[in-house]
Amino acid sequence: MNKPLPEPIPASTEEAHVRWAAEYSAQIGADRAVHNRSGIPVRPLYTPLDVDPARFDADVGFPGQPPYTRGIYATMHRGRTWTQRQLIGLGTPAAYNARLTDILGQGGTAVSLIPCNSVFRGYDMDEVDEELLGTCGVVANSADHMATCLAGVDLATTSCAMNDPSPFTLLAFMLATAKRNGVDWRTISGTSNQSDYLSHYVANHMFFRLALPGARRILVDHIRWCNEHVPRWNPLSVVGQHTQQAGATPAESMAFTLAAAVQYADDCVAAGMSPDAFLPRFTFFFDVSISFFEEIAKFRAGRRIWARIARERWGARDPRSWRFKFHAQTSGVDLTRQQPLNNIARVTAQAIAGIFGGLQSLHTDAYDEALSCPTQFGARIAVATQNILREEAHLTDVIDPLGGSYYVEALTNEMEARVLAIMADVEAAGGMYRAVESGLVQRRIGESACRFQERIDRGEQTVVGVNAYQVDEDASARPALPKPDPAEMRAHLGAFTAWKAQRPAQAVAAALDGVARAANDGDANVFAAVVAAAEAGCTHGEICGTLRREVGFGMPLTVV
Amino acid sequence: MDIRPKVLVTKIGLDGHDRGSRVVAAHLRDAGMEVVYTPPWQKIEAVVKLAMEEDVDVIGVSSLATDHLIVPKLMAALRDAGLTDVVVIVGGIVPDADEQALLDVGVARVFHPGSPLDEISAYITEATARVRAARFPA
Repeated sequence: MNKPLPEPIPASTEEAHVRWAAEYSAQIGADRAVHNRSGIPVRPLYTPLDVDPARFDADVGFPGQPPYTRGIYATMHRGRTWTQRQLIGLGTPAAYNARLTDILGQGGTAVSLIPCNSVFRGYDMDEVDEELLGTCGVVANSADHMATCLAGVDLATTSCAMNDPSPFTLLAFMLATAKRNGVDWRTISGTSNQSDYLSHYVANHMFFRLALPGARRILVDHIRWCNEHVPRWNPLSVVGQHTQQAGATPAESMAFTLAAAVQYADDCVAAGMSPDAFLPRFTFFFDVSISFFEEIAKFRAGRRIWARIARERWGARDPRSWRFKFHAQTSGVDLTRQQPLNNIARVTAQAIAGIFGGLQSLHTDAYDEALSCPTQFGARIAVATQNILREEAHLTDVIDPLGGSYYVEALTNEMEARVLAIMADVEAAGGMYRAVESGLVQRRIGESACRFQERIDRGEQTVVGVNAYQVDEDASARPALPKPDPAEMRAHLGAFTAWKAQRPAQAVAAALDGVARAANDGDANVFAAVVAAAEAGCTHGEICGTLRREVGFGMPLTVV
Repeated sequence: MDIRPKVLVTKIGLDGHDRGSRVVAAHLRDAGMEVVYTPPWQKIEAVVKLAMEEDVDVIGVSSLATDHLIVPKLMAALRDAGLTDVVVIVGGIVPDADEQALLDVGVARVFHPGSPLDEISAYITEATARVRAARFPA
């Protein structure tokens, strides 16, 4: 017998695993240690030994049912694909409306509105450096401006996402527009993005903010008022995107986001609201980085944790309260200025991770976002990327296609454990509000941001075109920053100041006084007063200025 | 002579994306420099006053969302205050077409996304040595 017998099929998985491990070690020599961004060690192979088949129902289950790991709806993307929601905003309301019409004509299915940074900071256009007006978003300061922005959009059938931090003036302007057009507020749907004031404090300091106690109270008022008057509106979007873009790892970002949601729900319960009244209108918004499997596991773990908290912490009984609805945006941090067209490949990988993670709505970044605010050319490719993934690559045919993957299920379990551990740290610090006040959250994010950059600078993390595979580039191929037409912007500014001067001064003053009085009366609803002020012709800057005076201004708590 | 640069790291204008300024400030501090750090949204007059009071060698202005467009105003204000030998660098998202305009008004250098931290600190050390040599000739 000179010829060796073929290897028999091993007697057990364990035996085969031992045999593979020996062969792997012999061939690879000194194996490199691999950790994902959240610090979880990644093994070279996952097998049935990494998941407990007896826990299928408890950990994996079916879409649309607890534990919701596989998706919040029974049909998921096979029934209704995600909403294509591209963030846009540039220039004057008329310029914004033209861009919006273009995006809706190419397959965009929902509106998003990014206002100018002056709006985020709580000012009207006549209060800031003229050079900056409209360079990053639309300059909308009044109900009239909003009417121009949304001209031609059927508010009763189109979902609108407003990038609209406290005190939610843009929604108030939109409601005033709807009323003028005879649209019933009860038919209006969409989301108050940027309602998560805690995330602004710790991570994205872009937004106008009120001192923490004022912001806390106004958010509860806003949730209560919207639930009653605009029942299809999502008054809260809890944002993980800010923390992750600021440097938090995917696990930290999920943990801080869930901890913030817990804080907001606790605050609503403390204000006497019923969990099943407000939880169905809670939504989430996440970053999706290029760390592909880690992001998928992050979303699957987050869905499972939220469903459990909703049931166990607040006793929510309505399944809609358990559903972890989220919008995702591909991560700008991963994009490079070098060889910018490479970003199309990065955005594609990020988007697939978000889709496999079970998102409800998606913004794909334009390839030129590391160079400037995106050009129209870049924005079109971003929309086309979504169309290709959905209709050419057939990513929507099967629900949770990675469910049951040994790696993805094991990683989902490990992400869940890591997220819960960070949430426990926050809970021990007195909850998210206190943890933000004390700077705990900011410190962790700052440390993670530095670690991330060091890994790139040391070459431990490859970034194509930045620390590897560099090429000589023709800088003239890079797009120029789209800037608003200065003549149009000056005309917009002139019309605004003229309009402001001829308003009925008494009605404006009375409405602003109403906002001030509501801020000082615990039984009043501040957001109701903001809506009334918008209808009375008050401007964004006037409403924000009034509240800043009454409840105080909060500077970011920066920890370096 | 041992060079220990004193650097003001700041953000002017309306945007608050401060990951870049925080990471750079922490790196410069860890590299042994004296760092004066401000939160975002500084008024130009406030930056000039701070630069004067703290007698900094270098001002690093971080910009993500178009605030670089008012850097020329900062340069003019520094000139008016007589701070002509302070080195001003800008880091962040600055389109090529705007970079030349910044260099033309006296910005010493623009660091784009992807710049290694060591490159930034090395430049600051070298620039500080240069301005101090000019200020205190041997």
